[in-house]
Amino acid sequence: MSDRAKVLALHGGLLVLLFALQFVLPAYHHGNLARIMVLASFAVGYNVMFGYAGLLSLGHALFFAAGMYGMGLAVQHGGAAPVPGLLAGIAAALAVSLAVGLLALRTAGVGFMIVTLMFAQAGYLTILYFGTYTRGDEGLVLQQAQRVLWGIDLTQPGTRYFAALLLFAVCVLATLAMVRAPFGKVLIAIRENEERARMLGYDVFRYKLAAVVISGVISGLAGAVYGLLFGYVGATFASVQYSIFPLLWVLLGGAGTVLGPFVGTLFMFYLIDLSSAVTSAYMLVAGVALVLLTLFAPQGLVGEIRDRIWRWLP
Amino acid sequence: MTKISTKQTGTTRRGALKTLAAGAAATSLPLWARYAQAQTSEPIRVGFQMHRTGIGAAYGRWYDRTTEAAARLINEAGGINGRPLEIVVEDDGTDPKRGAEVVEKFATQHNCDVGYGTLFSHVVAGSAPRAGELKLPYFVVSEGHHVASGALNRYTVQPGITDVKSQVQAMAPFVASNLGKKVTMIFPDYAFGHDHRDFFSAAIEAQGGEVVAKLAIPPTETSFTKYFPKIPRETEVIYHVMVGPAVLTFVKEMGEFFGPSRPEIFGFIDSLEAVDISSPGLEFLEGTYFWEGMPRYAQAEQSPYDKFYREHVGVDDKGASLSDAKDVSTYAHMFGCWETLFVIKAGMEAAGYQGPQDRPALIEAVEAMTEMPYSNEHPQGAKVFNGKTHQVFGPQYISKLEGGMLKVQHTTSIEDGYYPDEVDYTKMSF
Repeated sequence: MSDRAKVLALHGGLLVLLFALQFVLPAYHHGNLARIMVLASFAVGYNVMFGYAGLLSLGHALFFAAGMYGMGLAVQHGGAAPVPGLLAGIAAALAVSLAVGLLALRTAGVGFMIVTLMFAQAGYLTILYFGTYTRGDEGLVLQQAQRVLWGIDLTQPGTRYFAALLLFAVCVLATLAMVRAPFGKVLIAIRENEERARMLGYDVFRYKLAAVVISGVISGLAGAVYGLLFGYVGATFASVQYSIFPLLWVLLGGAGTVLGPFVGTLFMFYLIDLSSAVTSAYMLVAGVALVLLTLFAPQGLVGEIRDRIWRWLP
Repeated sequence: MTKISTKQTGTTRRGALKTLAAGAAATSLPLWARYAQAQTSEPIRVGFQMHRTGIGAAYGRWYDRTTEAAARLINEAGGINGRPLEIVVEDDGTDPKRGAEVVEKFATQHNCDVGYGTLFSHVVAGSAPRAGELKLPYFVVSEGHHVASGALNRYTVQPGITDVKSQVQAMAPFVASNLGKKVTMIFPDYAFGHDHRDFFSAAIEAQGGEVVAKLAIPPTETSFTKYFPKIPRETEVIYHVMVGPAVLTFVKEMGEFFGPSRPEIFGFIDSLEAVDISSPGLEFLEGTYFWEGMPRYAQAEQSPYDKFYREHVGVDDKGASLSDAKDVSTYAHMFGCWETLFVIKAGMEAAGYQGPQDRPALIEAVEAMTEMPYSNEHPQGAKVFNGKTHQVFGPQYISKLEGGMLKVQHTTSIEDGYYPDEVDYTKMSF
């Protein structure tokens, strides 16, 4: 079996498995997996920037929230249907990521982290400032009638799961195609040695800007879909913790791997869910798990598998 | 040939399946009946969405103690419909995303009959859509206006605590007639603060007063000195509602700014819930007025209901824990848990609640409630529940800080908090 066939079999197999799981999972885990797939799509977006282009952002909540509020405000105040709402969310994320990219990419390393963090904080405070429209920290609740897409009620468990799977499949397959295309190879080259990539004649700034925009749009799309599927658009999703979460998910799963974000999100979700039933210090458990993984599996779960067993993993 | 064949087989495939199904049902009937019997003696499970961690942790701790005390009493009195009450606690981290997950956990994993006990508005807003979709009755103890505003759904009710609109509105007559008519408002620049700004501005104007300045403080602010010079000289009353750890700095800096000559000051106790009022730095608040949902200090004319409630939750006369005088309660809010749990009990008994299939009947039973008399079950005061808006209305207390103790100066009537209905949830389908 060629590497290409293995890659297609593994990723296709995961999507088929996720499709099949909806028929056997108990209700609680069925709902969880739908949520995990949406959050994993957010992490997939983050991974484009961090894992492939080597740009460590501390402000990705801004893109997630841009998509979420772009959709939410269009639906709530503009009376938009879900599809125009989603398009509004994508447009908002595109505009925000382009603006942030143009400005933040003037810096590098720690400077880039701080600038993205500051932009995200400014975005969070902007949402609070325009409380008349956003309802500030309390957020907006989308009613069931506002969440019907082409006659399909997104509040139903089955349709919600399928919509989440569709989003995740699109994000994974798009990322897979991207990293296997010359564009993805250039991003990896920039991550590994930016000067060398520049000397080879690549317009590094343009590639990095494209990575920021693609990452921002995927994250924004995940935010918009999250709002539609779970009926809530809130400022918490723009707060700093939602910038840290995708970083953790990607680190746990494996930065620079297509499946790492999903594995990391799944692992972290159930780590918190299970440990919170035992102790109120569940974030400490998550922290210890992160430290252990950093010590013993610095490439993340999927990254270690790639290093040790399946070297063909993208 | 065909006829004979038909006669010989006797039944169609569908008929055979029906017979098999009937036979299976008949043979399983005793087990089935036993299961039904077992189910009726199973506990009623109330999923308590607790702010154990995160910004609401101080509230969560006391909501938990109040809930435990009320549940213990209910169980000692025979439970609900002859079944024991079990409180299933899950921490939501005071986070709306986790809140929604916890509601899902209650409904689909713990098999809870209802969800209950959420305080912070953003957690309620994040969780209520999922409660509605899962058809899980969701009893919030939030004081947010989100329920009565019509933003939520048929399954979300707030029967144990009044909402911020009602509270703020009921303060205006006292402020205008006793403290002054020209008010400067200082509030946090987010939804909770905006509710105060909007509702109080309208209410004080209705009393012939006016808000002369509105100072919104960004939530990230740690020092307030630059805001005090913005208070107009004509101000007769400062209305403040600050939440979070910065409140101590806020009070200290306000004291330094005004010195001995200050306008009247009126605040919401939310700022100082779980905080010892005699903490260093709070001396400046002596002689100022506070809204209290329920008086923290046992008053000279303490009601027997407050005494009963205070004893059972384990709170001393100063509003602190009986086991640790430094552990100050969130007395102005936590009664809502107690009262809500008794409303759930009354609602389940009225609906003859047996299991999840009776959840709509439970909601209808609660919607049918009107008057809730001043009693051990409602120790904060008599209440009137509005089934259309899913919101309860009750008295409010205005206290003055004198000699380091909050003394009640005025108790508003229930009617002071009324406002026109903004929604009719009873018209929504289940």
